[in-house]
Amino acid sequence: MKPVTDTPAVEVRDVCFSYGTQEVLHNVSFQIAPRSLVAIVGPNGGGKTTLLKLLLGAETPRFGTVRVFGLAPAEARARVGYVPQAIPFDPRFPVSVREVVLMGRTGKSRLGLYSRADRDAAARALERVRLDHFGPRSFTELSGGERQRVMIAQALAGGSALLLLDEPVANIDPQHASRLYDLFRDLTEEVTVLMVSHNLGVVTGHATHVLCVNHTAGMHALGEVASETFTAAFGAHLTAIRHDADCHVLDPTAALKAPHHGCACADPPHTHPPSGTPRC
Amino acid sequence: MLTFFQDLADYPFLVNAVAAAALAAVAAGLTGSLVVVRRSTYLAGAVSHCLLAGLGLARLLQRRFGFGWLSPMGGALLVAVAVALLLARLTARGRHRPDTVLSAVWTGGMALGVSFVALTPGFQEDLMSYLFGSLLLVTRADLLWMVALNTLIITVMILCYNRFLAVAFNEELTRLRGVNTAVYETLYHLLTALTVVLLVRVAGIVLAIALLTLPAAAAGQLTRRLDRMMLLAAALGAGVSVAGLALSYGPNLPPGATIVELAVIVYLLAAAYARWRARHAAHA
Repeated sequence: MKPVTDTPAVEVRDVCFSYGTQEVLHNVSFQIAPRSLVAIVGPNGGGKTTLLKLLLGAETPRFGTVRVFGLAPAEARARVGYVPQAIPFDPRFPVSVREVVLMGRTGKSRLGLYSRADRDAAARALERVRLDHFGPRSFTELSGGERQRVMIAQALAGGSALLLLDEPVANIDPQHASRLYDLFRDLTEEVTVLMVSHNLGVVTGHATHVLCVNHTAGMHALGEVASETFTAAFGAHLTAIRHDADCHVLDPTAALKAPHHGCACADPPHTHPPSGTPRC
Repeated sequence: MLTFFQDLADYPFLVNAVAAAALAAVAAGLTGSLVVVRRSTYLAGAVSHCLLAGLGLARLLQRRFGFGWLSPMGGALLVAVAVALLLARLTARGRHRPDTVLSAVWTGGMALGVSFVALTPGFQEDLMSYLFGSLLLVTRADLLWMVALNTLIITVMILCYNRFLAVAFNEELTRLRGVNTAVYETLYHLLTALTVVLLVRVAGIVLAIALLTLPAAAAGQLTRRLDRMMLLAAALGAGVSVAGLALSYGPNLPPGATIVELAVIVYLLAAAYARWRARHAAHA
């Protein structure tokens, strides 16, 4: 196995994916360096959530390869923490914050019995999300922002080196959202953070990179806009995406017709243009 | 009520009844809390009604085909395990609509049971006791298998508590953490089915679901931790079972029905207290 420190946190190469005959992602390639804070943006139905599923190993690409810390996603799963957009739960569900965080370590032992090390890891994770004294509190009593922090602590307690956050600030007021973004930035001292967001304006103020996903995908480094005029007009966190010539794909129809670049991983849908590419 | 406690020392069948009620209450407290939290009361209802098929089949095999070793409760146990495995498989990951599958099992099992009873020669004197329980007829042999079943349920619950809690909280996230959640779903179905078998001995097929859910629901009004809810539900269940037995003894009322009536009262009191406490906290 290659040393983890030298490998990209995420490497996606020539990936195509379709649900049935409808292609969602086509010839997608990008790399994410460790300890980046990447915002995944794009229109609804453009493939953002599908991309997260591919990184989690919950879906398999039709063509191309996905590597997480140099491993197949299923093998790297222990190092990947997923925090869904909304946690469907009963508002009366009887569970404490500490128990929710400990669930991050439930896959680490045979029956899920927690050791002293598990409890210490959960306490440390709560400290990292600045909820040190919240352990005994009921999870259902927390605000939306606090719950998101607890779910992030769950992922951290599980030893995740890559956090996948699906719309982490949806339904959270701007003040708490801003604090969450500050937290994400602090977390990148140790882990890589990928967050899906609709709110390009806010996200780009905090991310180191933006991945634009609309059936295809393009990675952009963020360049600070030096202009004081812009800063005055839009606030201190304003940044701009450095656009390449083929940056924003407004109409992906043409791009979807291009032949596959990657090798085939699964049976491609019949209606898709044949590529003649070899199987992996 | 006083007569009950006076007679307790003299009549072993009363001691058996108290022990059976307490044993069933402990299992019901643990499993019932999980059932209430997971909002799957319908599962327990389907399993309990399906047990009539097991009870009826065992009695038919006994009377018509000479299977003397197969007791009705033994038949119920076999059917409970089979139904639990079937339901766990059919409802896994939305393979089929759970309410449709449960309705089919609920009514199909009950219908089969009625047919088996009709095919069995002789007067079916104990059909009513299956439907509404026969706590005062619990034998020492019954107690032995009830202790064995209870020990199994408590052991599995203690060992797998963290996983059960995680799966109930969010199955998808638990699966992504590398846990084979299908195993715990199946175990959950099995525990529910075995607990229902215990409860059927106490309160019968029709009322078993009440003893499974009411003490747990009352406990859920009073605490916000699953482990405390389980312990409290077990204590409340044992309390209403013994009290119901004692209250029904003097006027010669059916004990299962009296126990369930008390459980409803305890649930209403707990809900009223929780409401009062919430209002009090809002004003404070």
